[in-house]
Amino acid sequence: MHDDRVAALEARGLSRTYQMGEVTLQALSGVDLTLYRGELLVMLGASGSGKSTLLNILGGLDTATGGEVCYVDRSGQRRSLTGASQRALTRFRRHHVGFVFQFYNLISSLTARENVAIVTEIARNPMTPESALAMVGLGERLDHFPSQLSGGEQQRVAIARAVAKQPDLLLCDEPTGALDFRTGIRVLEVLETINREIGTTVAIITHNEVIGEMADRVIRLRDGRVDEIHVNAIRRPARELRW
Amino acid sequence: MMTLDRKLTRDLWRLRGQALAIAVVIAGGVMTLILSVTTLEALSGARERFYASHHFAEVFADVKRAPLGVVPRLQEIEGVNLIEPRVQAAMRLSVAGFDDPVRGLAQSIPDGRQPMLNRLHLVAGGLPEPGRDDQAVVSDAFAEAHGLVPGDSLEAIIDGRRVRLRLAGIALSPEFLYQVAPTDLMPDYQRYAVLWMNQRTLANAFGMEGAFNRLTLTLQAGAQREAVIDALDLALARYGGTGAWTRDDQPSHRFLEEELNQQRIQATVLPTIFLAVSAFLLHVVMGRLIQTQREQVAVLKAFGYRDAELARHFGLLAGMIVLLGWALGVALGAWAASGMAGLYRDYFRFPEMPFRVPLWALALSLAVVALATLLGTCQAVWQAVSRPPAEAMRPPAPARFRRSWLERVLPPALLGHEGRIVLRHLARHPAKAGLSVAGIALSAGLLMMGAYQLDAVEAMIDQQYRQVLRMDMELTFAEATPARAAGELRHLPGVLAVETWRRVPVTLIHGHREERTSLLGMEPEPQLRQVLDGDGRPQRLPEAGLMLTRYLAESLDARVGDQLEVAIMEGQRRHVTLPLAALVDEPLGVGAYLTRERLNALMGEGPAISGAWLLVDSDRREALNAALWKMPGVAAIGRLDQAERGIRDYLDETILLFAAIFVAIATSIGFGVVYNNARITFAERARELATLQVLGYSRAEVSRILLGEIALLTLVAIPPGWAIGIVFSRLLNQAFSSDLFRIPLVLTPQAFGIAASGVLAASLAVALLVVRRIGRLDKLRVLKAVE
Repeated sequence: MHDDRVAALEARGLSRTYQMGEVTLQALSGVDLTLYRGELLVMLGASGSGKSTLLNILGGLDTATGGEVCYVDRSGQRRSLTGASQRALTRFRRHHVGFVFQFYNLISSLTARENVAIVTEIARNPMTPESALAMVGLGERLDHFPSQLSGGEQQRVAIARAVAKQPDLLLCDEPTGALDFRTGIRVLEVLETINREIGTTVAIITHNEVIGEMADRVIRLRDGRVDEIHVNAIRRPARELRW
Repeated sequence: MMTLDRKLTRDLWRLRGQALAIAVVIAGGVMTLILSVTTLEALSGARERFYASHHFAEVFADVKRAPLGVVPRLQEIEGVNLIEPRVQAAMRLSVAGFDDPVRGLAQSIPDGRQPMLNRLHLVAGGLPEPGRDDQAVVSDAFAEAHGLVPGDSLEAIIDGRRVRLRLAGIALSPEFLYQVAPTDLMPDYQRYAVLWMNQRTLANAFGMEGAFNRLTLTLQAGAQREAVIDALDLALARYGGTGAWTRDDQPSHRFLEEELNQQRIQATVLPTIFLAVSAFLLHVVMGRLIQTQREQVAVLKAFGYRDAELARHFGLLAGMIVLLGWALGVALGAWAASGMAGLYRDYFRFPEMPFRVPLWALALSLAVVALATLLGTCQAVWQAVSRPPAEAMRPPAPARFRRSWLERVLPPALLGHEGRIVLRHLARHPAKAGLSVAGIALSAGLLMMGAYQLDAVEAMIDQQYRQVLRMDMELTFAEATPARAAGELRHLPGVLAVETWRRVPVTLIHGHREERTSLLGMEPEPQLRQVLDGDGRPQRLPEAGLMLTRYLAESLDARVGDQLEVAIMEGQRRHVTLPLAALVDEPLGVGAYLTRERLNALMGEGPAISGAWLLVDSDRREALNAALWKMPGVAAIGRLDQAERGIRDYLDETILLFAAIFVAIATSIGFGVVYNNARITFAERARELATLQVLGYSRAEVSRILLGEIALLTLVAIPPGWAIGIVFSRLLNQAFSSDLFRIPLVLTPQAFGIAASGVLAASLAVALLVVRRIGRLDKLRVLKAVE
């Protein structure tokens, strides 16, 4: 593709094992992957293919048992996340990464605005909670508690919370997994907008093949390995997706 | 951290039930400390202040009659500071409109002036005018009991003559803070009075012109107390001195000291137990509370919150609860202490009893509960933050369950699905279940200790007044009287039986230990005043040697068979050596017993008696009182039913009130623990319970799982709770033994019952709350969301 692509995150030979009682589970084995600045990446794979594990390691939520992950900052400086201290990982998440989870993980005792504020308060260069919520189309529901919002609205609050700090990376784990089709499309549109307008690198994990059509690249995982990388010549707008 | 702090306040509100329950546990521990310590400081502070401002004497000595001329010589004894001689005499009084005999103790004061030592605190009126011999100041407790005011009059029998006395004033004295008649244990304000009269009046009435029979003095700083006493004893022996003594043996001071000791023990033992228990429970409960917030910790971590920031957040959450509980405990403790101070003001006649909560107690209690809470919190927070956030956020993988051994033993039909779930859940988290059981068992133990106090006091009074003291009335003669006087008593109206006794003041010496007490000579097999062995069986007095109350023998470090040196303080003041022949177990007071015949022989006197015990026909009591009133030789008349009532009232109002407060605190702590356990179990299992309901289980069936777990934990906790209760009671029992009374270690079925039913009731109340909550469970939401 274009040779002017700038790497944002590089993984080489990543592996991860879990000890589940008496069974050793190989979640990832030898994954090589580069995330480029400003791209929208979709990772596809069946349950247990290792996509969540990969995402968690890329986002500094988890650590690999083998291989290396490097983050390249805007000045081009590479920083290894492998073997980084918890403190360094915390700093990395705090300033560079936004997460969106399948089950939203909002804090139920805080309103939409406060759920975003809890992140903007510790970020370096955040947008206001109000503008982040306006971006996801929730400018009118600022003071609602999670229990007063629908699933799609809750997920959009979660997205607002993730993008409000203006992260370099936005990592989304099954962001539409708990939503119906219409709401799911709405959420994907929001992610698309953020990628396009702010230039945030967005990685979405899903097992929904259709979502791959909106990506720059689609990565297919199987049994903890990268099975295939497919580059879309044309990104399909989220609103045109059907499943 | 505005938003995080807002989350804090909202979380606190959301957790208000649990927070309140934890606060109650904290408050319980803090309240015991504040209550005990504040009461103690109020009592000892008031005493010290009164002693200092009214020049309470430090050494006392009684003589039969000594000329005032010896006082300047005594003043020269090294170490003596102020010295004041006086005349004191027992007298009988009668108050218009009050039928019972009243005992009085008259003390002389310099004519028309305050004494140098043991100054009076006048509550009303003034001192007797100089030169008037019909005026007296009376003690304020007595005046209050009869509603007497200055200007009222009393009738007294002074040395066999009836005299009308006019009340010049009403006063308090540092010498009689605790006003108890010489042979009584408890004050009886209606039947015992202290009077102060002009020196000249009393000297004339009792043949003490130019003489004294009681010496009071203070010591110079750094004086050798023992040396002063030896010098006094030597100088006074020839005037019939019975040996000087210090404040430690002064009845009012001694009783107060005992009371303060009790308070000191209570202020150490009980708060230690309660605080330790509530600290432990806090640690557990707080830890589990934080664990339920695991996912939130993970989310915040994923956003880049630092461990320190999270620790601060949950530390604050815990801190708020601690502060709430602590403030509640301080407020309740201070409130209860002000009530107790009011009660003590009635018993100990202090002119003022300012009370304030000592700062160190505030600081100590806060430090203890804060430390315990933070320890529990930190551990849980550490556990939550130390895992990679991804792992913490994922719903915990299905835990590995096994069939428990109980399941293999019990027939499957008996357990059912619910039973199996409960058993496997508990077996899966044995540590968690163990902590819950420990918490409930500790509160059961506290309850049992409270119940024990109530039972033990009852048992003690019962033993003393049903088995030891079986007489209706005790007569004390003005001086040793020939034994044939008993015959005269037998013929008085209403007298059913008479038993005589002889009492002689002595000092018992064993090795380097000494105790001032008296020998009580009785019939060889006394019926009206029994001596009991360890099993409560009446004993016969030994042919030779002494019987001592076990507590007295222990404080002399003497065993049966040891030789005791007996310094008699009366008559020829002989020194004899007697073997310790047997021990007596009695709950109240201490004594040394032998046969009257033997005592008379030791004294080198004929058959003499100091008094008699009577069994009385209660219908003819008035006629008996009238007859006794006419016998001037009878110095004092004591009624046992009144004494029992006095001691019961006292114990009801002090120890039992304390015990009742502690039972209430223990119950609240129990409730707090069970409630928190249940709520946390509920939170941990909401998903599972919702799933079951979605699968078609009824609310009742689902409730059974949760309630089954609560019930099982509570039932399992009861036996160890009893064991803990026994240990606590034993601890308290040992701490509480004094020479005034020893609470027996009786653990009644009721105590076991109270401990068990207390925690069961708490569990039941909690169960009802939990069932309501299951009804409100939103199945779909719980199933959909991790949060």
